[in-house]
Amino acid sequence: MKLRFVSLLVGAFVFLFPFYYMLIGSLQTEPDPSIGGAFPSPGNLTLHNYGEINKAIHLVRSLINSGIFTGGVILGTLVFGVLAGYALARLQFRGRGLVFNLMLLIQVVPFQLLTIPLYVLIVRSYGLADSYLGMILPFAINSTAVFVFRQYFMQLPAELFDAARIDGASELNILWRVAVPLVRPALLTGVLLTFIGPWNEFLWPFLITKQQDLQPLAVSLSNYLTTVSARAANPFGAVLAGACVLAAPAVTLFIIFQRRFISTNLSSGVKG
Amino acid sequence: MKRGPLTRVLGEHPVGTAFVTPYVVFIAAVFAYPLVFAVYMSFHDYFFAAPGAIVDRPFVGFANYATVLSDPAVRRAFGNVLIFLVINVPLTVVLSLGLSTALNSAIRWRTFFRVSYYVPYVTASVAVVGVWLFLFNSNGLVNSVLGPLAPDPSWLVNSHLAMPTVAIFVTWKQLGFFILLYLAALQNVSADLYEAASMDGASRWKSFLNVTVPGVRPATTLVVLLATVTGANLFTEPYLLTGGGGPDGASASPVLIMYQRGIEQGNPDVASAIGVLLVIGVLILALVERRFVGREDR
Repeated sequence: MKLRFVSLLVGAFVFLFPFYYMLIGSLQTEPDPSIGGAFPSPGNLTLHNYGEINKAIHLVRSLINSGIFTGGVILGTLVFGVLAGYALARLQFRGRGLVFNLMLLIQVVPFQLLTIPLYVLIVRSYGLADSYLGMILPFAINSTAVFVFRQYFMQLPAELFDAARIDGASELNILWRVAVPLVRPALLTGVLLTFIGPWNEFLWPFLITKQQDLQPLAVSLSNYLTTVSARAANPFGAVLAGACVLAAPAVTLFIIFQRRFISTNLSSGVKG
Repeated sequence: MKRGPLTRVLGEHPVGTAFVTPYVVFIAAVFAYPLVFAVYMSFHDYFFAAPGAIVDRPFVGFANYATVLSDPAVRRAFGNVLIFLVINVPLTVVLSLGLSTALNSAIRWRTFFRVSYYVPYVTASVAVVGVWLFLFNSNGLVNSVLGPLAPDPSWLVNSHLAMPTVAIFVTWKQLGFFILLYLAALQNVSADLYEAASMDGASRWKSFLNVTVPGVRPATTLVVLLATVTGANLFTEPYLLTGGGGPDGASASPVLIMYQRGIEQGNPDVASAIGVLLVIGVLILALVERRFVGREDR
C-alpha cells in the first residue's frame, strides 16, 4: 500500500514539477537555472517577462487567433458532429455501417502524413493561406467527439424516440428538442476533447500562416523560440511567460471539468 | 411495419443520410482525397505552380522513391524514429499500466493524481518544450542536480542522447492519455479473478502478472498501436526541442524531413513519397505488434 502511494507521489512530482518550474521561471526577471533558483524568495518575483513577450509577439492578438481557430473547430464539431453522431446511433439508413467504420478508421490515420497534400490543396489550389477558414478546415469535425456523441445517444431509451415519432415530430425536431437536452454532459465532453486539438496544434497553422497577425499563440510563441533563442542571452523568461499563457486555458478547463474527462467516458472506446 | 421497396433500399430513416452528409464530405475532402492525391504526387514530377496555370507533370514511376531511399538524411530519419519507438513504446506501456494499476486501487488523493498525470497531455507541446529546453540546457537545472554526472555535450545537443531525450519527453507528455485508457480497461477485469488468485496464495505481483496483464491485453494492443502512430507523427519536438532535428540530423524525424523537402525546398512529390513509405512502415509495424501483443488465444 505504502509503495503504491509513494510511486504515485513520485509520478505526480515528475508530471507537475515542470509546470511549477515554468511558472516560477516566468516570474523571475532572469530565470536562475541553479537548484536554488527553483525556490526563489517571493520578493524577487515580477511580471516583467509577461510584458516582454507581449512586446515581442502581441499576446492578445495571438490569443484571439487561437480562440477563433479553436472556436471554429468546436462549432463545426457541435453542429455537424452531433448530426452525424445522432444518425449513427438512432437512424437506420443505407451506408450507416460504412460511415461508422470510416469514423473508426480515421482515428488511426496519422494526420501529419496528410499535411503535404492538404498544403498543396488548401494553400496552392484553393488559395486559403493566411485565413481562418484554411486553418479550421482540416480539423472542422472531430471524429473522437462524433464517437462520444454516438455513444451517449445510444444510451437513451428507444421508447422516447418511438413516442416522439408517433407524435409526428421530424427527426431534426426530435434531435433538437428530445435528444440534445438529454445528452448535455456528452456535449461538454465533446467540447473539451475537441478544444485541446486546435488550441495546441502547431504544425498545420504554422504551415499556412505567414502573416504574424493571423498566427495562433502556439505558432507565434514557437517562432519567437526559434528566432530569439539564437541571439538573446537569456530568452527563457519571456518564453516561459508565453508558455504559461498558452498552457493556462487548457489546464484550467481540465481541472475545472476533470470529472467529465474520466475513464468511463472513454471506456466504450476500449471495449469496442 | 410494412416495408416498401424504397425502405429496403434506403433504410427506415433515409433522413439519416442527410444528417451524415456533411461529415462524409469532410472525411472525403480532408482524409480520402488527400491520401489518394499524396500517392498520385509520389509517382509524378509534381511541383508548385501558380494557381490556374496549366503545367505538365509527367509520370515518373518510382523515381521519387529512388530519390528518397538514396537520401542518407531520410534513411537516418527512419532509423531515428525506430530508436524513438524502441524507447517510447515499451516505456509507455510499462509506466501507464503500472501507474493506472496503482491509481485503480482505493487510495488517497486519487483525483489529484489523476489530474496531475493528464496535465502534460492537455498542454500544448510548444509550451512544455519551452520549459524542457530550460531544464535540459547545458547549465540547466537537471545538469545542476546531476553535477559531475551531467552528460557532455548536454542532453539535447548530444548526438547519442538527443533522440532518447525526445523519446522520454514524448512519453512523459502522452502518458496521461494512456493511463486513462488503462483505467477504463481495468474496470472490466473481473474482481472474482483477483479473489481466486489470492485464494490460491498468489502474491500481489503474481496476480498482477497472471490476472491484470492478460485482462487488459486488448487495451495494451490499442496503447501500442496509438503510441506507434504518435511516434510516426513526430514533428514539433525535434523541430523545437533540438532545433530542427539536431545535432546534425541525429534527432530528425521523417515528418520533419517531409516538411523540409516538401515545403521549404518545394518538392512535394519527394515529400509525398516519404509520407507513403512512412504509412507503409507504420502498417507493417502495427501488424507485427498485433501479432506479438494481441495474441489473445494464449
